[in-house]
Amino acid sequence: MNKKANKKKTGHIIVYIVLLSGVLITLGPFIWMLLTSLKNQSEAIRVPPVILPAKPVLSNYADVFRDVPFGRMYLNTILSSAVTVTAQLLLCSMAAYAFAKLEFPGRDVIFVTLLAVLMVPSSFFILPQYLIIQKMGLLNTLPALFIPNLFSAFGTFLLRQFFMSLPSDLEDAAALDGCNPFMTYWRIMLPLAKPGLVSLGILTLRFAWNDLMWPLIVNTTREKMTLTAGLAYMQGQYHTNYPEMMAGAMMAIIPLLILFAVFQKQFIEGIAMTGIKG
Amino acid sequence: MKRKRMSRRKRSHILYGYLMIAPLAVGLGIFYFYPFFKVFYDSFHVVGAFNKTSWAGISNYAAMFRDRVMWSTLWNTLRYVIVIVPATLALSILIAALLNTGIKGRSVFRVIYFIPAITMSTAISMIWRWIFNGDFGILNFILSKLGIPAVQWLSDPKTAWITISIVAVWMNVGYEMIILLAGMQGISRTYYESASLDGAGRFQQFRKITLPLLTPTIFFVLITTLISTFQIFDVIYMMINSKSLAKEASQSIVLYFYRNAFEYSKKGYASAIAIFLFLIIMLITAFQMKMQNKWVNYDQ
Repeated sequence: MNKKANKKKTGHIIVYIVLLSGVLITLGPFIWMLLTSLKNQSEAIRVPPVILPAKPVLSNYADVFRDVPFGRMYLNTILSSAVTVTAQLLLCSMAAYAFAKLEFPGRDVIFVTLLAVLMVPSSFFILPQYLIIQKMGLLNTLPALFIPNLFSAFGTFLLRQFFMSLPSDLEDAAALDGCNPFMTYWRIMLPLAKPGLVSLGILTLRFAWNDLMWPLIVNTTREKMTLTAGLAYMQGQYHTNYPEMMAGAMMAIIPLLILFAVFQKQFIEGIAMTGIKG
Repeated sequence: MKRKRMSRRKRSHILYGYLMIAPLAVGLGIFYFYPFFKVFYDSFHVVGAFNKTSWAGISNYAAMFRDRVMWSTLWNTLRYVIVIVPATLALSILIAALLNTGIKGRSVFRVIYFIPAITMSTAISMIWRWIFNGDFGILNFILSKLGIPAVQWLSDPKTAWITISIVAVWMNVGYEMIILLAGMQGISRTYYESASLDGAGRFQQFRKITLPLLTPTIFFVLITTLISTFQIFDVIYMMINSKSLAKEASQSIVLYFYRNAFEYSKKGYASAIAIFLFLIIMLITAFQMKMQNKWVNYDQ
């Protein structure tokens, strides 16, 4: 018996060692980014490297705002992410409800046709999308950042699954009370779909905040860039000033990290849900 | 009376049905369906100044087959897929399985491992570029302490793609682990209980119960990683600058598409590349549909 318990104990120790080295590999780069952002340039590139800054400085963070319009980039990212998330939740849930619960001719054919978008890689659409935005005269504007992303076949699919799992009794009652289908959706079904909406909202936010290629293409003036494009720009301009770049990267990732810290459960369940549904 | 009410309800379903899908359908039509056909159109044209197009037949496709860079780009991309997909899958299954053993602190580990999945790839690439820096990077310093000579991780064409693969795996593992762990937790405990009564050890339980019952989730993760790795862009764009010696040896299909479309102004050619990539993805999807029933164990 003792032998067995011992064996179990060593097993546990090995599991912890593996998991903790994984933690080190996962967090190490973030810690190194933070430490570098607090050093001055000469300290950062000293050989052999200094691990802890002798006298931590915050000037790199201020320099980011001096060298690029970082505040504007922040604002652009916040606004474009907020619009994308809100619009997707509205448009997708509205269409998803109709596809799940209303009966109209051609419903299933239209739904399957729209889903075809999911089979095509997103970069496939990018060139014509760019030309449309250009034609609309919207290059280097805030709306350029979010317009094509307002419409999501994936979100509609996800929420349709969700609406289909909700019982129809409530709707029938609402219809008898004289609610039209839109009112039923808005007042009764939407509140019930909250877990699905949270899931989609998180996935969309994660995409909108972190997307690189599209913002890079449409907005090339610095004042109209998002944080991702701004970081890419900074790296092109100040590519040897590592402390400043680390400070910029640090600031760009912090909002989502804070949101994640607060809504861990929703983030993790939102992601896990896509796998189960898939 | 009743009949009339029913038909009114029917009519309102039809009216509201169309109204409620209209904004989405119109938006998808303009920004996804029209572009879809436009790419095909453009791939048979030369797109010149002011986006004037002139018929070019199959010359863009012919040029693609003659283009040495296109072939090396394809090879690079396959190389990324062959390394990144299995490595990510193996590591995320390992971590999910370890977290599923009922050890203490599971939720803390889960949160930490998930952090890279919500961090922007742009920022992640900047950090790793600094860590992998050949002259001042911390990694080469650590290696030198172990007696390993300095490696030019990113500027050497021989190693650049490996470096990028490492970063990509690091970025993907947490995300996949979450999905796999959720799948593992969906497996009923009774299987394990009866197995351990029969004297099956942990490893045997994992092989005989967890893996087979997890095949739908593994398959899902495999296909999504496969598709996303075929489209790898951000990390390479950020870590290898366009003057680097390793530029060609690390370039992926999407990056080459991007450069043709937006840097070299060869929009027709870029469209042909986009269609090539689309065909690859379609092949994977067809494979997925065919194999799903064969390999995947859905009865649970």
